[in-house]
Amino acid sequence: MRAIGIILAGGNNHRMKELSQNRAIGAMPIAGSYRSIDFSLSNMSNSHIQKVAVFTQYNARSLNEHLSSSKWWDFGRKQGGLFVFTPAMTADNSNWYRGTADAIYQNLSYLKDSHEPYVVIASGDCVYKLDYNKVLEYHVDKKADITIVCKDMDPNLSVDRFGTIKMNEESRIEEFEEKPLISKSSTVSCGIYVIRRRLLIEMIERCAEEDRYDFVRDILIRYKDMKRLYGYKIKDYWRNIASVDDYFSTNMDFLKPEIRDYFFHQYPDIYSKVDDLPPAKYNSGASIKNSLISSGCIVNGTVEDSVLFKKAYIGNNCYIKNSIILNYVYIGDNTHIENCIVESRGTIRANSYYKGENGVQIVVEKGDRYVL
Amino acid sequence: MIKKEMIAMLLAGGQGSRLGVLTSKVAKPAVAFGGKYRIIDFPLSNCINSGVDTVGVLTQYQPLRLNSHIGIGIPWDLDRNIGGVSVLPPYEKIESTEWYTGTANAIYQNIDYMEQYNPDYVLILSGDHIYKMDYEVMLDYHKQNGAEATIAVMPVPIEEASRFGVIITDENHKIEDFEEKPENPRSNLASMGIYIFNWKALKDSLIALSNQPGLDFGKHIIPYLHKQKAPLYAYEFNGYWKDVGTLSSYWEANMELIDLVPDFNLYEEYWKIYTKSEILPPQYISGDSVIDKSIIGEGSVIDGQVINSVIGCGVRIGKGAIVRDSIIMNRSVIEEGCELYKAIVAEDVTVGTGSKLGIGDEVENETDPHIYNHGLVTVGEKSIIPPGVTIGKNTCIFGVTEAEDYPDGNLASGKTLIKAGEEI
Repeated sequence: MRAIGIILAGGNNHRMKELSQNRAIGAMPIAGSYRSIDFSLSNMSNSHIQKVAVFTQYNARSLNEHLSSSKWWDFGRKQGGLFVFTPAMTADNSNWYRGTADAIYQNLSYLKDSHEPYVVIASGDCVYKLDYNKVLEYHVDKKADITIVCKDMDPNLSVDRFGTIKMNEESRIEEFEEKPLISKSSTVSCGIYVIRRRLLIEMIERCAEEDRYDFVRDILIRYKDMKRLYGYKIKDYWRNIASVDDYFSTNMDFLKPEIRDYFFHQYPDIYSKVDDLPPAKYNSGASIKNSLISSGCIVNGTVEDSVLFKKAYIGNNCYIKNSIILNYVYIGDNTHIENCIVESRGTIRANSYYKGENGVQIVVEKGDRYVL
Repeated sequence: MIKKEMIAMLLAGGQGSRLGVLTSKVAKPAVAFGGKYRIIDFPLSNCINSGVDTVGVLTQYQPLRLNSHIGIGIPWDLDRNIGGVSVLPPYEKIESTEWYTGTANAIYQNIDYMEQYNPDYVLILSGDHIYKMDYEVMLDYHKQNGAEATIAVMPVPIEEASRFGVIITDENHKIEDFEEKPENPRSNLASMGIYIFNWKALKDSLIALSNQPGLDFGKHIIPYLHKQKAPLYAYEFNGYWKDVGTLSSYWEANMELIDLVPDFNLYEEYWKIYTKSEILPPQYISGDSVIDKSIIGEGSVIDGQVINSVIGCGVRIGKGAIVRDSIIMNRSVIEEGCELYKAIVAEDVTVGTGSKLGIGDEVENETDPHIYNHGLVTVGEKSIIPPGVTIGKNTCIFGVTEAEDYPDGNLASGKTLIKAGEEI
């Protein structure tokens, strides 16, 4: 591959409510066994990109723990590998990353010391599969300066949390609006870009000189008419985890056979860190319908239309319906949980009742618990 | 200078012929166990949990699966700069090249391997038992007694003792005598095949006895040391320990895992069991399924009934299928409407639509009654069973079978069906 990778995973978002109190969105658990950054990382690995940097700053503990070894994505190489860049204090800079462009600027040596001609920039909060080689080929074909991967959204849905794009018939981008309240286009940017490495260095340096920090606003939008920006449309599944509702519906999507088949059974695979957990165990009285169950779970009660993440314990006579139970949750006997997201490491007392009445309820119960 | 206080030598070369077709393509230590594990994971995990970070794995019979499973030891944290796990197959020498002819002979042929770590003690393990044991505690005991060799023993019911090597000790657990599978055992302490030796004593006796054909620990090395009046001690172990050497004990040990709180608990935080886990999605249990008292591995897709069973990773169980009291290993496919009762289905097997396994009367197996018994149906790896056939009890199927292999769509109880070109 003739490119290096950058994954922007620094973000936090108040629309994630309590869920991002303790973790960056890149570390949000997805579909039982994964975290959202796994999708971009696996795409990088499957596209044979051998050198990838992850930029992170917001509450990076979960994310760092997840990325503690690069071997899961086959990045444990002597050549290249996986780099995690958090903000560092130096003699002439003690700033946090003030924006995506600033994050790249503060680690510009990563770009300068590489020799690959192209850079693929992706974000750590999207669920999708994509061969970046195809985007790169397209980029070269079009003689583009920057190629932006984009997708047509349902015109009836609001796109106010995306960047929207309008292209001409040759796919050259004519308009780019960031998070417009009313948009003329329902084509949104997926936050995936291909750009020549030297051009990126040049733009980032200029950006920094002008005290500009944001990649979208200060590079894409600003250079839109000066440089050749092209859109590469994808038709396959792509979701951005930007709000609690997105998060819930993306997880629930994995209960659909076609989505499961696409991600779990079709080439290429998505990789994730493997924990040393025993298989899931179902005791007498368990009843499971239409649910994803991860390793290390012990189920004694009823689980319907739900996603159980790793090591969840469901007590006797529980009823779990249309819910997401995150990692290491203990749910005591006779508990009813419906339309909820139960935050990881929660301990739910026996005989509790939680039901999301208007939409999804987030349950955070960090009680003490005795570990066996 | 390299120095390891204790290194382990894990004997994993045996065929385990009493597991029948389960070991026709893999060595016994590589046979799947408990949904996602292989038998060798238990001694290997015990090693790393006990702080033993140098393990030589002696392979001989069908080593491919073992080799790829162990790799460089990453799952057990046994990828070390010094030590770690090494796979040790027999090798050619200038003179007297031979296979490993006995347990101790295998160790004898690898004296150079052990020597390079300059050990004080050598731990000898076998790769076919399910247990959790802290070898460090055993080593402390060994040192405390000033022993030359310590044998781990386990109290068994006296009527079963005649199946084992039996150790007779004095009140201080000093070994006085031993008997190999005695008719009238004088003690109920069975040897577990786990030994700690002082390296010098082991090396000297291996060299002294090197011409003994089929050099064996139980038969030769221990009696030799005893004759030399070396202090030998028995270390009594009272935890869960299961020899899974026969199909019935293998099946039982798997079934014991699904008890509410099993004697052998894989879910404890302390003393984890490690294995090479593939990166797999979670399992999906559909709206049509019924699950009761079972364990199921990652990546499996269940549409049918799974009752009282142990299901591996990446298994598919079709709509309307019934799997009861059975073991299904990784990546096997049980198609729609199948019924399996007390079946052991090895890896990558396909059972065709509507076939029924484990139906009918109990009839003794015609070819190998000492292997295929207890009413089990055993299906070897990569076998294919055509749709719509009925298979009896105490049967064995191996290879790509077709409808014409089943007269009237039936394989009667007690029959063995092994397709040509595939030896047992």
